[in-house]
Amino acid sequence: MTTAAAAHTPSTYPIDRIRADFPALAQQVRGKPLVYLDNAASAQKPHQVIDTLAEFYRHDFANIHRSVHTLGERATARYEAARETVRRFLNARRAEEIVFVRGTTEAINLVAQSWGRANLKAGDEILITAMEHHSNIVPWQLVCRQTGARLRVAPMNTRGELLLEELAKRIGPRTRLVSVVHMSNALGTVNPVEEIVALAHARGIPVLIDGAQAVPHLPVDVQALDCDFYAFSGHKLYGPTGIGALYARHELLEAMPPWQGGGEMIRTVTFEETTYNDPPFKFEAGTPAIAEAVGLAAAIDYLEAIGWEAIAAHEHDLLEYATARAEEVPGLRLIGTAREKGAILSFTVDRVHPHDLGTFLDHYGIAVRAGHHCTMPVMDFFQVPATARASFGIYNTRQEVDLLIDALKEIIEVFG
Amino acid sequence: MLDDLRDLYQEVVFDHNRNPRNFRKMEDADRTVEGHNPLCGDRITLYLKFDDGRIADVSFQGQGCAISTASASLMTEIVKGKTLEEAEHLFEAFHQIVTGRDDDLKLEELGKLAVLAGVRQYPSRIKCATLPWHSLEAALKGEEQPVSTE
Ligand SMILES: Cc1ncc(COP(=O)(O)O)c(C=O)c1O
Repeated sequence: MTTAAAAHTPSTYPIDRIRADFPALAQQVRGKPLVYLDNAASAQKPHQVIDTLAEFYRHDFANIHRSVHTLGERATARYEAARETVRRFLNARRAEEIVFVRGTTEAINLVAQSWGRANLKAGDEILITAMEHHSNIVPWQLVCRQTGARLRVAPMNTRGELLLEELAKRIGPRTRLVSVVHMSNALGTVNPVEEIVALAHARGIPVLIDGAQAVPHLPVDVQALDCDFYAFSGHKLYGPTGIGALYARHELLEAMPPWQGGGEMIRTVTFEETTYNDPPFKFEAGTPAIAEAVGLAAAIDYLEAIGWEAIAAHEHDLLEYATARAEEVPGLRLIGTAREKGAILSFTVDRVHPHDLGTFLDHYGIAVRAGHHCTMPVMDFFQVPATARASFGIYNTRQEVDLLIDALKEIIEVFG
Repeated sequence: MLDDLRDLYQEVVFDHNRNPRNFRKMEDADRTVEGHNPLCGDRITLYLKFDDGRIADVSFQGQGCAISTASASLMTEIVKGKTLEEAEHLFEAFHQIVTGRDDDLKLEELGKLAVLAGVRQYPSRIKCATLPWHSLEAALKGEEQPVSTE
């Protein structure tokens, strides 16, 4: 669609080919070409992922790990190959360190309920930051209630940047885990996770990183980060819903008790006693999301073929362009202006509530998110009830930024 | 403005959003109710003063989108002076119209409020329109008899 826009993007970035890969982008919404800017909530899927799911169901589907028949063996091989793809994607040492889960939320709950209940006592502390998604707050509150542990919060500044010294100050003798978001979904802030890990490890404290927003935008190497847990969701990575992964260091997984019981996670069961399977299977009770795991691997292959450098350059260009153009919009206030930032533009506009903006933009065919983005404490901090959020992905263009900015100007005029 | 939005964002809505009526705190209210829509962060405080089974005065404050602000503003205009039964009836009628459950209800009965009927085409926005009314409902149901200052 974008000859004009392509002219602005680094000329080698195959924007037209990428857009053509995503069937959903070709449609009209309310009579206008769809401009999909809600990628931080969930990304659209390339036909490579959609076709992989369909082909898998057509030819190779059966339950895994328990069947001696051919389809069972094929499905098991595809599922375990997907695990290997995720291992490569995160550069984990071994595939056994990758546990398939429903998504980031389930990954964090797994750590809270398995690692947390086994390791937390009354008075112990979990340290998070002021910009966490509810899914990196509530699981800890639940385990705190169960164990008597306390939740502590490292503050941020008005740009939405984490105050690293304040975080360091809050790492004390009772701190048992530091759990931080890699990239904030409400602000776009990219946190210095490597430094946070170094700070915590200097005191022997493990670190969990919520990578839900980071993985679609930047290469992640869990060995280089040296983190202990890393969680992400497939659906924000242009992959299927219902699948995600938890990376955890093997020693940790070995020591952690199971958190859900059932088939697959056991070795032997009698009514008196059960012995558990090895990780990662110990944490994958029941029939998993088999096709979705295979689809997730297809999404990772797809992104790696484009290349992380190209993706980062493209999205950085979009963010810079959108941030500059946002200045033209009267009364627009950016929420989240961190120096290290991913391609997210969260904002409010004087006299126009984000929900009205969302409804109006939809009539221009533009999909943005309006609300608290599952980060109510962030809204409280910036003293706004909600924000509108445009979040960009690999298939967005400068021309779409122009459409957004022009629409915003028109809407503001209507509201007067 | 985009034509298809006019069904919902009529001039009356813009007017009441820009200049909400009865938008003030009431120090001597007989009943004060907080309404909150956690989904979008809309907040409303509704103040009511009763006299002899009627709503003698009603006002609101809060922070919300154009739909919820206009709905609250219009609501205060229409229920002022009504008996509690009449207000209750209006709540029912309004609720049915914005949720699209009853097309037979006479829109005229609701007067200016009928402009909000368009919200039924926007399922994600219906709660914006009904928040002030649910707050009113809570205030009316709060006790069998309103607290009398006399
Ligand atoms: C930063 C962050 N963490 C966690 C989550 C939760 O992810 P999911 O809903 O896929 O479990 C999200 C998704 O909105 C997110 O943006």
